[in-house]
Amino acid sequence: MDVRAQLSTVFHLDKCIGCHTCSLACKNLWTSRDGTEYMWWNNVETKPGTGYPTQWEDQAKYRGGWELHGKSLKPRLGHRLGILTNLFFNPYLPTLDEYYEPWTYKYDLLFNAPLGDDQPTARPVSKITGSYMDVEAGPNWDDDLSGSSVYGRNDPDLSSLSEAEQQALFKLEQMVFFYIPRICNHCLNPACVAVCPSGAIYKRAEDGVVLISQEKCRGWRFCVSGCPYKKSYYNYKAGKSEKCILCYPRVETGQAPACFHSCVGRIRYIGVLLYDADRIEEVAKTPEHGLVEAQRSLILDPKDPAVISAAKKNGIADDMILAAQKSPVYQFVKVWNLALPLHSEFRTLPMLYYVPPLLPVLATVKDGNYNLAESDFFGTIDNMRVPVKYMARLFSAGNEEIIKGVLKKLLAVRVHQQANSAGLISQQKAQAMLQEAGCTAAEAEDIARMTSLPRYGDRFVLPPYHREVSIEVETEPIKQKGKAGFGVSRSPQRGL
Amino acid sequence: MSWIQDINNPKQRLWEDFYRNRWQYDKVVRSTHGVNCTGGCSWQVFVKNGIITWEMQALDYPDFEKQIPPYEPRGCQRGISFSWYIYSPIRVKYPYIRGVLLDEWRTAKQRDSDPVKAWKSLVENKGIRTEYQQARGKGGFRRSTWDEALEIVSASMLYTAKKYGPDRVAGFSPIPAMSYLSYGGGSRLLQLFGGVNLSFYDWYSDLPPASPEIWGEQTDVQESADWYHAKYIVSMGANLNMTRTPDVHFISEARYQGAKFTVLSPDFSQVAKYADWWIPVNAGQDGAFWMAVNHVILKEFYIERQVPSFTDYVTKFTDSPFLVVLNKKGNNYEAGPFLRAKSVARYSNIENGDWRFLIFDKKSKNPRMPKGAVGDRWAKQPGKWNLELKDGVDNSDLDPLLSFIDDKDDVAQVEFTDFDALTVFKRGVPVKYVETSQGKVATTTVFDLLVARFGLSRGLPGDYPSAYEDTSTYTPAWQEKLTGISADTVVKFAREFAGTAEKTGGKCTITIGAGINHWYHNNLIYRAAISALMLTGCIGKNGGGLAHYVGQEKLAAVAPWSSIAFATDWVAPPRLQNAPSFYYMHTDQWRYEGPFTNYQRQPGANALASGHTADMQARAVRLGWLPFYPQFDKNSFELVEEAKKAGAKTDEELVNYTVNQLKERKLKFAVEDPDAPECWPRMWLIWRGNALMSSAKGHEYFLKHFLGTHTNINADEVAKDTVNDVTWHDQSPRGKLDLMVDINFRMDTTALYSDIVLPTAVWYEKDDLNSTDLHTFIHPLSEAVPPAWEAKSDWDIFKAIASKISEMAPGYFDQPVKEIVAIPLQHDTIDEIAQPEVKDWTKGECNPIPGKTMPHLRVVERDYVNLYKRFISFGPMARQNGIGAHGIRWGIRDDYDELVRSSPTQEWNGAKYPSLEEPQQAANVILNLAPETNGDVAYRAYEEEEHKVGLPLKDLAESGRGVKHSFADLQAQPARLLNSPCWSGIINNGRTYSPFCINTERLVPWRTLTGRQQFYHDHQVYLAFGENLPAYKPNPNPTVFGDFVKSKPDDKSIMLNYLTPHGKWHIHSTYFDNELMLTLSRGLEPFWMSEEDARKIDVKDNDWVEIYNDHGVVVTRAVISARIPKGTCMLYHSPERTISVPKSPLRGNRRAGGHNSLTRVRLKPVLMAGGYAQFTYAFNYWGPTGVNRDTYILVRKLEGKPVW
Repeated sequence: MDVRAQLSTVFHLDKCIGCHTCSLACKNLWTSRDGTEYMWWNNVETKPGTGYPTQWEDQAKYRGGWELHGKSLKPRLGHRLGILTNLFFNPYLPTLDEYYEPWTYKYDLLFNAPLGDDQPTARPVSKITGSYMDVEAGPNWDDDLSGSSVYGRNDPDLSSLSEAEQQALFKLEQMVFFYIPRICNHCLNPACVAVCPSGAIYKRAEDGVVLISQEKCRGWRFCVSGCPYKKSYYNYKAGKSEKCILCYPRVETGQAPACFHSCVGRIRYIGVLLYDADRIEEVAKTPEHGLVEAQRSLILDPKDPAVISAAKKNGIADDMILAAQKSPVYQFVKVWNLALPLHSEFRTLPMLYYVPPLLPVLATVKDGNYNLAESDFFGTIDNMRVPVKYMARLFSAGNEEIIKGVLKKLLAVRVHQQANSAGLISQQKAQAMLQEAGCTAAEAEDIARMTSLPRYGDRFVLPPYHREVSIEVETEPIKQKGKAGFGVSRSPQRGL
Repeated sequence: MSWIQDINNPKQRLWEDFYRNRWQYDKVVRSTHGVNCTGGCSWQVFVKNGIITWEMQALDYPDFEKQIPPYEPRGCQRGISFSWYIYSPIRVKYPYIRGVLLDEWRTAKQRDSDPVKAWKSLVENKGIRTEYQQARGKGGFRRSTWDEALEIVSASMLYTAKKYGPDRVAGFSPIPAMSYLSYGGGSRLLQLFGGVNLSFYDWYSDLPPASPEIWGEQTDVQESADWYHAKYIVSMGANLNMTRTPDVHFISEARYQGAKFTVLSPDFSQVAKYADWWIPVNAGQDGAFWMAVNHVILKEFYIERQVPSFTDYVTKFTDSPFLVVLNKKGNNYEAGPFLRAKSVARYSNIENGDWRFLIFDKKSKNPRMPKGAVGDRWAKQPGKWNLELKDGVDNSDLDPLLSFIDDKDDVAQVEFTDFDALTVFKRGVPVKYVETSQGKVATTTVFDLLVARFGLSRGLPGDYPSAYEDTSTYTPAWQEKLTGISADTVVKFAREFAGTAEKTGGKCTITIGAGINHWYHNNLIYRAAISALMLTGCIGKNGGGLAHYVGQEKLAAVAPWSSIAFATDWVAPPRLQNAPSFYYMHTDQWRYEGPFTNYQRQPGANALASGHTADMQARAVRLGWLPFYPQFDKNSFELVEEAKKAGAKTDEELVNYTVNQLKERKLKFAVEDPDAPECWPRMWLIWRGNALMSSAKGHEYFLKHFLGTHTNINADEVAKDTVNDVTWHDQSPRGKLDLMVDINFRMDTTALYSDIVLPTAVWYEKDDLNSTDLHTFIHPLSEAVPPAWEAKSDWDIFKAIASKISEMAPGYFDQPVKEIVAIPLQHDTIDEIAQPEVKDWTKGECNPIPGKTMPHLRVVERDYVNLYKRFISFGPMARQNGIGAHGIRWGIRDDYDELVRSSPTQEWNGAKYPSLEEPQQAANVILNLAPETNGDVAYRAYEEEEHKVGLPLKDLAESGRGVKHSFADLQAQPARLLNSPCWSGIINNGRTYSPFCINTERLVPWRTLTGRQQFYHDHQVYLAFGENLPAYKPNPNPTVFGDFVKSKPDDKSIMLNYLTPHGKWHIHSTYFDNELMLTLSRGLEPFWMSEEDARKIDVKDNDWVEIYNDHGVVVTRAVISARIPKGTCMLYHSPERTISVPKSPLRGNRRAGGHNSLTRVRLKPVLMAGGYAQFTYAFNYWGPTGVNRDTYILVRKLEGKPVW
């Protein structure tokens, strides 16, 4: 058992309001510089939709993640040695159009236009060329089902649905959409690390955060292709790639990452998971149907004495273990089995977990009138709007039972709370539903509490980072105290 | 996976400082976003090297009780993008003046160095005036200086006051709650000057008229945390994700406490995603849905089975048991007025006997008069204005009979109107006869009328539906054809809704918004939904009630703030104008329509309910129902001089002279001749808002008549032979405004069209106060960095104008000078009992008596020389008269004197005043005097209210005594508000705010006719319009509404209902032009349409389209989406003409417009009713609203490429 600590996260999609505040918190801090304008380390996507960059989930096109070749696991893009021969040619990179061409406007015209016979207006101009441009794509182009005929209907995840099921999704009685906010998954088996020719990408030992060294990066952009989530981006001004850093400067000082702090839907949780690094390869090779279960099995019980002892042997500090024991992420992922990895079939073992959303009840149309009268008080998982099959494509590598299990439990929690607080659903029915979901009343109440009442400190349980210990390897902390911040700011040197 | 190395060695990781250095800053300052957003979120603003680099949400709201989710974090995508504006290329950095005007000004100044004379020579030159008016919006700005700009503004104000009167200077600024003093600076200047403040809440159509109708309250709603208590939540016309972004988490959290969430919305909106049930009621038909819900509730929860908590509630807290007179009409009856107490022998001599009402007492078997009516509120002897069910004379207990069904003298056939089918039918109603001074009259209860109205026969004869399947009014089957929702669904919904209320003691909440409130008949849709809440006892409960959130932002510390903002500490009354009436008349939109009965058809003609809306408006002004400025066709300074010449000496004589002049029609109300040059507004001052685009319904009419610049209207002026009381001029005016000034931090549409643009501080550059109805905290805006470039805070700008006026006044207004201010009958004053009947003095039906049968006429004194000194000093009238709100007023002498002793002061003319020079000083005066932030003041204010109500209340302030917050305290941490009698919730001990708890728990009456929540309105105008009872009225038909007289459908276009809901990437137009928001959307404000409609006109996603009707044209790109139902379209409120708008081939290749280019405002005349209990005027409280959702448009693919 090789116990390691990973700072992991849960996004509760049933609470997500699709507001993109998270995206902007990140943008303000990290990607408002020249060369980074088009980057959205945190973005929010509407499903069904094609996302950003468009159709990123289509690995036949982008070649991200891993694939099983018999018994061996290989990056879809080819292994590091193999791709070195292709250093200057990577046909699987998203083009600027597949992201979008960043733009601004001729705002100054509103002040400077000479008196004319009509009103001036500020036209869009490209931030790259400075010329007038037609805006044809953006980082959130299919928000809220906009352009559904072009985007929603071409969601790669719809491929598992029959033609009729796909059509139905865009009919009034069955239509649905929901949001998926995405950041770097800080995977346990990150393909970006595997394919980087420069060895610039690494996982931090203390928290598993995946970083691209801005010193070592030479801008080969294989990480951009290799990441199946398209969460590594090329800074065209600096000539280096950059990605979500899980706000380590904030995390190291006990503050949640900016996108977590600012999540006004209160959907985000962060905490430490302990896992067994010895089993990564084995788990990553599990057949699709069993992938989610296998990934869960990798996560260790932080209160298990054997795990604690192995963790200490690996140099994991006591307070890190304590943080793991208090981790809300552990509750959602491992205890309650409610949070699932996105596209585990990419086999990178992503450490960002999603609680899938409950969605409105399906209606029927009777005599031309919209009808909900057949529905239960809350509906059932069989008459919710999104097909379980679609959800399974996203969150359980196609395993529908796992999705059903989660949704049943979420619904049972709500039914239990309704029976207890209002009584429009009987206690008897509530008990039956809890039983079917394999959930006790106490667990249901815990889930309800952690879903609705958590304060900042309940949602975000960060380990203490002993920065003084890291710093003293290079310089005495007492000296650092005196010299921190001195120096003249300079831009990083261009890569290559 | 041996190749994946974790790196531990810090030496290999020194580069990590690259990102650490970014996360460093020099200081963090608390501020927020100061206009038009209900969020009221506290933010941390980060400053690095003197530059604001980013903002993050503050998290330190004091906590509630632990069983409520906390408010952290608050702040949305828009708020967090704000810092972009500060140094952006759209920031107004310097004063700008249009070159045409500037050149003429400089020339004029050379001619005459006296600025007022220079302005006169310029503006009275028709050629020059027309030239710069026509240049409005067409570029040619030049950078100027503050000195120059202030001189022009002040010269124009003084010239206008001298030539036409100060009430020709009108100012517009939106909702003050988000930045109390930024609003208050401008309003204070205007009111000291004698100018006019234009309302916003009703003009935005954010005011729900149903709220004053039913509750006598502008709006009072639960804070969002209170939703968490609800067990059934319905959202209608409110897209909580979009518009309540920081609050919507309480919905999802309530769901995990067992609440059901149902969304009524025609499109699969963002909030529908959250729902258990999404019910796609056809756009604008929610009223029909709720009428049928009420039918089911009455049948199953009142008639087939009685729920004691429901009947008890409606008996105590609504007008249900009150007696209504049934008037004979042919062989039938019609519902008439409430039976007056004075009409029965027992109460014949009682004070205010026209204003006290009767129930039928079960015990004494007689009509009896409970306490709590408006007549008790304004009685000479206070202490009976409460909701105890006790006789108003002898205090004996009363037990009202809710219905006469089991104890009736007779059954009367009462006529009711089906406004959809345009038929009148009759239904049997149980009756008791009452002996009155006018003889025996048939009466019934409001409840019995309701039951009949909703169509439940209870075995009585008449045109009643027999079952739910019957399609007459108002059954579940009846609503199907209107809503598209099956009857079964309505029945199930009603059972679950009322069932929840029954089981939980009223924990059903309806969140409601602009999607409902912007329809022409919004008040009726609201009344239908509120009826369901009243019938199930959900109002005045935590977790229950109507949560109306449309631009309603609660200015918590209202009492001291109003005193400062409207300058009543120096001079009263202020001139407060309901903007819908002002704009309807002054932008000449009234000229483009005929009688309102063209599109609001109803059977039976009635003088009170027919004709032209402009005539209704003129009537409302002369009867004292609504304000109108300019008030007269004469300068009010001159009027006083004239009166003096005619011998008037005292103020009373000045007023009498004016009344006689009016009576003899020698003096006219300006509203009666709005197009005469002497009746035009001359100066329009805009700050904190986008008056010309976001809210300007009929934007193109503003351009044409108000501004006098180019326009894309294609419509005829048709009112000529249809107006009687309003004078028609064959030639309509172009360009009424002499000067348009915008104070702004960004170059928005309004700024672009203004003559002068003054650069103002952004919200991170100034000190101010912020509160909202969505939470119960008050917190500050703070100056993180000084106002950038040449910007100044609003407070300082208005101070500078005040100073300039005082400097320039000598020679024009050397001495204090008197004028006459006309104001309408006021809500929350004794005016509420002024007019028991509608009588028109101009028709000889009564005498003109100011404050009774006509507007109040008050003599006031302006002091322009000392205007600046007054501005910066908290004046003596506040000390003398006390302060108050909502009908409660208390003395502040001790507090005032303490302020003089312990705070900064101003000393002049031998007196010392608390200083208002700096915004923090003004903020501290407010915080010191507000019951919401000073516990001892709250205690005193409750004492006053106890006196009126006659029941104990001051215990509510006990726990907060000694609490007192200063501005610096708020900068350290937001403070929770204290209980206050200015508001109706009870919030101590961490309890969430829900309105009207003080009414249900402490028996304080609602501020209405009966003191109860009103199902029934017996104002004669309401009776005439058939809106005495809840009703369904169909939306005006687009073909008769006047959108398509000139513009006709063809095979390239399609006609759609045009909806302008609130959008995701902006708060109105703020943030719209923000590069970050534009990047996350489509780079402009697109036009949303359904896949099916788009196919019909061959429009593909992101194609350019042209959208038009007679009013104007919009050119933008289409978004095609499955979530939009066919037949409707959306253009989210509110785009700017400044960003990415091409020209329109359809309208001569002129620049296309914004969303309001497709609208023209129609006012609903019933909402002009006044002079009667809750139907009395208050600013932003009463009057017709600027509805626009009944608009239709044609859309077609843009021909060729867009032309810029």
